[in-house]
Amino acid sequence: MSSASKTATLLTRRDLLQGAGAGALLAFYLPVRGADTRGAAPKAGFAPNAFIRIDPSGRTTLVMPQVEMGQGVYTSIGLILAEELDGDWSQVVLEHAPPNDKLYGNPAFGLQATGNSNSIRAWWTQLRTAGAAARAMLVQAAAHQWQVDPGSCTAQRGEVIHAASGRRLRYGALAGAARQITPPAKPPLKDPKDFTLIGKPQKRYDTPDKVIGKTVYGIDVLLPGMRFATLAASPVFGGKVAHVDDAAALALPGVHKVVVADDLVAVVGDNMWAAKKGLQALTITWDEGPNAKLASPQIWDDLRRASEKDGVVAKSVGDTKAALSGSGAIEAAYEVPFLAHATMEPLNCTVQLKTDSCELWLGTQIMTRVQGTVAQLTGLPPEKVTVHNHYIGGGFGRRLEPDMALKAVRVAQHLDGEPLKVIWTREEDMQHDVYRPMYRDTIAATLRDGKIEAWKYKVSGSSILARWLPPAFQNGIDFDAVDSAVDNPYDIPNKHVEYVRVEPQGVPTGFWRGVGPNNNVFATECFMDELARKAGKDPVEFRTSMLGGSPRLKAALELVAHKSGWGEPLPPRAGRGVSAQVSFASFIATVVEVQVEDSGEVKLRRVTCAVDTGIAVSPDTVVAQLQGGLIFGLTAALYGEITIEKGRVVQSNFNDYRMLRINQVPDIEVHLIPSGESPGGIGETGVTAGPPALRNAIYAATGVALRRLPIDRAALARGG
Amino acid sequence: MSEPKQLAVNGQQHSVEAPDDMPLLWVLRDVLGLTGTKFGCGIAQCGACTVHLDGKPVRSCVLPVGAVGTRAVTTIEGVGATESGARVQKAWLDLEVVQCGYCQPGQIMSASALLAGTPSPDDADIDAAMAGNICRCGTYVRIRAAIKRAAGNQA
Repeated sequence: MSSASKTATLLTRRDLLQGAGAGALLAFYLPVRGADTRGAAPKAGFAPNAFIRIDPSGRTTLVMPQVEMGQGVYTSIGLILAEELDGDWSQVVLEHAPPNDKLYGNPAFGLQATGNSNSIRAWWTQLRTAGAAARAMLVQAAAHQWQVDPGSCTAQRGEVIHAASGRRLRYGALAGAARQITPPAKPPLKDPKDFTLIGKPQKRYDTPDKVIGKTVYGIDVLLPGMRFATLAASPVFGGKVAHVDDAAALALPGVHKVVVADDLVAVVGDNMWAAKKGLQALTITWDEGPNAKLASPQIWDDLRRASEKDGVVAKSVGDTKAALSGSGAIEAAYEVPFLAHATMEPLNCTVQLKTDSCELWLGTQIMTRVQGTVAQLTGLPPEKVTVHNHYIGGGFGRRLEPDMALKAVRVAQHLDGEPLKVIWTREEDMQHDVYRPMYRDTIAATLRDGKIEAWKYKVSGSSILARWLPPAFQNGIDFDAVDSAVDNPYDIPNKHVEYVRVEPQGVPTGFWRGVGPNNNVFATECFMDELARKAGKDPVEFRTSMLGGSPRLKAALELVAHKSGWGEPLPPRAGRGVSAQVSFASFIATVVEVQVEDSGEVKLRRVTCAVDTGIAVSPDTVVAQLQGGLIFGLTAALYGEITIEKGRVVQSNFNDYRMLRINQVPDIEVHLIPSGESPGGIGETGVTAGPPALRNAIYAATGVALRRLPIDRAALARGG
Repeated sequence: MSEPKQLAVNGQQHSVEAPDDMPLLWVLRDVLGLTGTKFGCGIAQCGACTVHLDGKPVRSCVLPVGAVGTRAVTTIEGVGATESGARVQKAWLDLEVVQCGYCQPGQIMSASALLAGTPSPDDADIDAAMAGNICRCGTYVRIRAAIKRAAGNQA
């Protein structure tokens, strides 16, 4: 399969856009690949491609095209390479890739981006091939030296073995000879049954340094002569600085400079504390601009009004219109709010800007865009912009934007070339996010013989892709916004999906862990429960009766029902709720058990999840991602909402943008279903699974059909 | 700027020039270069900045350095030298608690202080000691299990 057609398959899932040219469109965005993907070879070493370097001592360096932000991808990518290389995993060193779309562009994006839970899915074949090619070259080099048939040699844990003669050569000793061998175009890949690393219990590569405080995140970078800054952008979206009185700030010890740059003010000091105190001492007058009166109710009104319009058809099968024209159609609308990312590591970027170069230190999910946009801003050629990537203290989509780098550079433009670390306060981070869009989904359906006969689903909300990757926004369809809606897994003869693009005034939107499926799995699975109740059926039975076309999801649903004690008696105002989904090419069913207190407060009692994600490269990491993803999604469902007043974000820190804490989180059981299928995505799947299962549990416990997030405790209070 | 202060951090004496009101967090990170202690919220809401003062957990983002006095400061870089800290770090590795890892220095400092004072904590003890530490990756299930494992290792 060529990389272009593979990309189309990955991005469009099963049947998105139905041949509407998405493949060609995305191929347009792909980098040129395959011409010269050799990395820079060490003088005496072996570097058969951009991902593997073996030096004569045997030290094996694997270069990571995706970034590590907690999802365990360094370990997983390393394992895939080492598996096919038959490298000695215990001796492997992992290295961040430099920015280079051509060498390290994610095959699904054509950009060096980490997101959409696709690192393993997108790279699976390419990384295996890279490892296998290197192994074949090393084997050939050894066979040549021994004057034997390469087919009589095997490779194992960093050495080539000729069993017949008992001879062995370490990879390091073969490095010089192997570099003379022409890389094979199609090296044979292992049969998965022969895997020795993939699918086996492995320790994460990054954990040892993380538990002793040694890992260097972007925010930890220290350089000789470094200054520190913190900044305030206009609190009103789109506003600008009108006037700054900086006398008090400049009088503070440790404060060096106050920088005013269009829409932001920064204070540069000896350390973050001096900078922060300096910023607090400023009196800033803002020109608040056109959004000064913006407020959440107006944004909701705009969205609701727009959602009444017809949308652009993203998918249509059968004759939904005819099926819905009779009586008996059931309708509902679901709404989800703006959300902030709130990564634990606040946004930051360290920069050293000189007249002819710019060097940046940060953790980013999108290195080449940081490099490219900084080049544009400074007028420097991209090759003069160096980006040092770091371990990331939480990405969740926030670090798919380059704004933290651009703002840091704009401050550095007022300095004289000294290194500058710019850290955003938590308040700045929360109030100048790119927010998960508000969405409104309207659904209409009819039932026949206890099953769904027709399903009309309309998504209304912001298109992130139209801003973030314009060539991918075609014909009015944002394929992320309708993801998990167009590929609804249930057997429904008449299905129709539309999309209405509505951009909220003033408020920037961006990718948030779980992306489009977050919204669509929520609305779909909430409505499924309401339909089950109309049909007089058990929610699990109702779903399984329509999953003939998705046996992997059906198996996950049956397993989770069994493991969760589905149907067993519960105390009053306790309930179990289920959700089922195919998202990011993984098949997941989840049961959440809650207790709803008289006050309306909701307590989590138990969470159970069953997943078929194909081959699990690192099974324990899959479990960890689901546990964490579920908590991430449940946190949003219970608490998450960013609201706007007077053009400003109201929430500012963890006191008013709450997180689930350890005392609120029950045991979370994850059951992995063994599978030989290609790997699915896992970093975001738990996030999308939690909210509908939670809401359905509340529905079961109270009979209240909530249709908005976060959950409305007043509506759940006894008698309320 | 007040007089240079003598700070005892991880068993070493440091002479630090910093204003009294500067939080210990920024002294550790920006003056002493001990960046293992993390900035998360600045208002003692998330626990990422947790360190020990004479073995007791404190949020260094709101603790003025002028209030530290002669008390011994222990950070994530030094807690492995304590018995409970070493046990907690090992349990964290054994159970693969960590994801992004940014909050984990604070989690480990809170957990090691808990075990030092309460060698066999029950769920309520763990909740009380750890509820001030937010983990955005959602590693809570494993944190709880790792604390119990670390406690068990002591026996």
